[in-house]
Amino acid sequence: MDILQLLIIGLLGLAVIVAGTIFLARRRALPPATKRELSPQPTAPAPEAPEESTPAEPAAPTTTLERPEAPTTRMARLRRRLAGSNNPLARGLLSILSSDRLDADAWDDFEAVLITSDLGVGPTQELTDALRRELAIDGVADQASAKQVLRSELLKLVDPSLDRSLSVDGADGKPGVVLVVGVNGTGKTTTIGKLARVLVAEDKTVVLGAADTFRAAAADQLQTWGDRVGVPTVRGPEGGDPAAVAYQAVQRGLDDEVDVVVIDTAGRLHTKTGLMDELGKIKRVIEKLAPVTEVLLLIDATTGQNGLIQARVFAEVVQITGIVLSKLDGSAKGGIVVQVQRELGVPVKLIGLGEGVDDLVPFEAEAFVDALLSE
Amino acid sequence: MFDTLQDRLHEVFKNLRGKSRLTEADIDATAREIRLALLEADVNLGVVKEFIANLKSRALGADVHKALNPSQQIIKIVDEELVAILGGEARPLRFAKRPPTVIMLAGLQGSGKTTLAGKLGLWLKGQGHSPLLVAADLQRPNAVNQLQVVGERAGVHVYAPEPGNGVGDPVQVARQSILHAMSKLYDVVVVDTAGRLGIDSELMQQAADIRAAVNPTEVLFVVDAMIGQDAVNTASAFDDGVGFDGVVLTKLDGDARGGAALSIAKVIGKPIMFASNGEGLKDFDAFHPDRMASRILGMGDVLTLIEQAEKTFDAEQTAKAAEKLLGGRGEFGLDDFLQQMQAVRRMGPLSKILGMMPGMGQMKDQINNIDEREIDRLEAIIKSMTPAERANPKILDGSRRTRIAKGSGTTVTDVNSLVNRFFDARKMMQSLGGQMGGPGMPGMPGARRQPPRQAPKPKGRGKGVSGNPAKRAAGPAEPAAAAAQPEWNPADAFGLGKSGQPSDADLAKALGDFQLPPDLAKMFDQPKNQGPR
Repeated sequence: MDILQLLIIGLLGLAVIVAGTIFLARRRALPPATKRELSPQPTAPAPEAPEESTPAEPAAPTTTLERPEAPTTRMARLRRRLAGSNNPLARGLLSILSSDRLDADAWDDFEAVLITSDLGVGPTQELTDALRRELAIDGVADQASAKQVLRSELLKLVDPSLDRSLSVDGADGKPGVVLVVGVNGTGKTTTIGKLARVLVAEDKTVVLGAADTFRAAAADQLQTWGDRVGVPTVRGPEGGDPAAVAYQAVQRGLDDEVDVVVIDTAGRLHTKTGLMDELGKIKRVIEKLAPVTEVLLLIDATTGQNGLIQARVFAEVVQITGIVLSKLDGSAKGGIVVQVQRELGVPVKLIGLGEGVDDLVPFEAEAFVDALLSE
Repeated sequence: MFDTLQDRLHEVFKNLRGKSRLTEADIDATAREIRLALLEADVNLGVVKEFIANLKSRALGADVHKALNPSQQIIKIVDEELVAILGGEARPLRFAKRPPTVIMLAGLQGSGKTTLAGKLGLWLKGQGHSPLLVAADLQRPNAVNQLQVVGERAGVHVYAPEPGNGVGDPVQVARQSILHAMSKLYDVVVVDTAGRLGIDSELMQQAADIRAAVNPTEVLFVVDAMIGQDAVNTASAFDDGVGFDGVVLTKLDGDARGGAALSIAKVIGKPIMFASNGEGLKDFDAFHPDRMASRILGMGDVLTLIEQAEKTFDAEQTAKAAEKLLGGRGEFGLDDFLQQMQAVRRMGPLSKILGMMPGMGQMKDQINNIDEREIDRLEAIIKSMTPAERANPKILDGSRRTRIAKGSGTTVTDVNSLVNRFFDARKMMQSLGGQMGGPGMPGMPGARRQPPRQAPKPKGRGKGVSGNPAKRAAGPAEPAAAAAQPEWNPADAFGLGKSGQPSDADLAKALGDFQLPPDLAKMFDQPKNQGPR
């Protein structure tokens, strides 16, 4: 019951503080009214609606029904792509490890390289300590064995034992339901477009639900993706209730007996309680029809340490079951997912590798690490 | 939740009380904490190193200021350095001598360019310009549509001759838009370009071509506040590839610390001109270096807390409740508590809100373990009471408690513990209310260029100055109101009247520096230390 007391006291304390500050705010809000009507109040209450975002990414200018590439041939490209973008990391790490003397400075550099990949201070120190221990046992290593040690430590970090398959199969003849969530501009709509292509390539029937009713033209964007592969998109009025759209999409999925329903949601910052509640509602409403088999959280590879907080909040609200790391084709390395995966135990399942329509690939720990370390 | 810098430094300095001068070892220990804080805020590693080196040399030379304790002093130095980097070259938007002024937006995918174009359009319109938005993002499906919708919401015209979705040449569109603007007498043109990666040389070339075609007055680099260590790479890639004149930081309404701002300002040396911090088209503001500094250090939390509180709390109600609570006559009932609790919950997850309160650092673990359902249960219990019981919980006897437990689906033990804790907490608060009345303030005294402000804090330390709760409520408020005013100055809202308003910075600083009075902190510790469990 300790917590209870803490709560009550905390709340009371907050109330007192807040009372005081609000009192101040009201006071200062009154006098300086020279030309108020022109000035948008910086703290004006935000409307109850998700922020608009631009989960960008273009697509090929074709309008005919396309037959997407089968997923198996994608891995080769993943390796190439990752090797191209991330080599500085591998080179940096290896050159340090294989230098003649590993002194404190060298280890500092090593840490620095890891930190610049957004790995976070904690995992970085852990990895460095582990490597130091390993190398202390074996003595200073040549490049090949250093690489071997580094590989196994990195592999430990990304944990290949997690189940990374997408659960898109529903039970009892119901469709699998995939809910895609994330903050603004991580590429949800684009990823769903790509995901639909993957599913179509696997000969699954798909329905898309455009539950992003807030951002201008988000539903259009999704529909454009859907039309390219001949997948129907269920959409509602702009500004409508996203939960209703999601419900209709799943209903349509049930009626048409499709295999998978993929629901797009509006980007929402995890700090907006109202919007997070809305997300919770979407999930609850869907589950009246069919269980949600997969909740994918989109994390942009450029995201820094804030990614962990995002993941935590989203996990609390909708119990995410997988992570999609998008925009990994840039110079960012997306190291934040290591922390997310470790803390929440939610595996990275897919990665987005670029603007091409088939640039969504399954995440495979070993291939990923190999690609990181390939020269 | 990250520990705030203050909490960390508190650890470091716990044993250093009473020292008159900082030794090198002290500074090293501090520097380590600051380094971690900056890295966790996503500040670029190179920038952090340089920053720490500067800090060390400055801190070593400095005398210990009488009024500041060492941790405050270090924080002050850090803060000043940060503000210097962040706000070194603040400047307003340039307008071309001969219209049209051309503003080009560039950035990564998903950084918020299209939305920003709308915000910029609305803002320019409010300033008496006639802006034209140009849809030069022809790649992302329906980006053109999005801009059209955004333009419509902002009441600004959109030039979109091409349908987009991969059709059309953005360079051509951009070039034509200038002619269009000239003939139709628009005086500002905002060119929205497609998102692109720094390493994509083809698209960077395209951006450079667009730039060459429109010869922009300002090229703004739009960057997401959540970006991590890659910020510097990306920014330099854009600076090399396209070249930009200013930076716009978006999605500041999240809780990312935004260290990227510091990295970009430091490495590229381009000013951060605007901050976009919300969902509506009006949520767009000039950049405040001081606030950003506090935020990067994790000290701006109180300011954020207050801003959020202003949105969600009913001021009158809260003021009344606080008066009752501190009044000491047992007037504060469970209904008041319920109201406050609901208001707090509207602000966000409780663990986060409590975590924002400075001085709660030592209780982080407990705070993180708070189960929101626990609070649902509390609510259920209180809601199962009659109004009379809520107003005066003292009348709760055994049979009433049994009824309440049944009504709320809990046990009598739960009800008992809620009521008992409530009484305890209320008593605590009341004794607190008796103790503090004085406008003494912890930290941040006269080291500022400001004329002495008495107490920009809602609460002060200083024992026994006045036991009168009413006076307490009103006393500190007045000087603070004076100090706080500039922040609400309408002219300042868009960075126009930035000059001559130093106290904006001070306020943010003062609030950022806010600490729980030691008395209160002690109180908060009590349940942990002497609880009967």
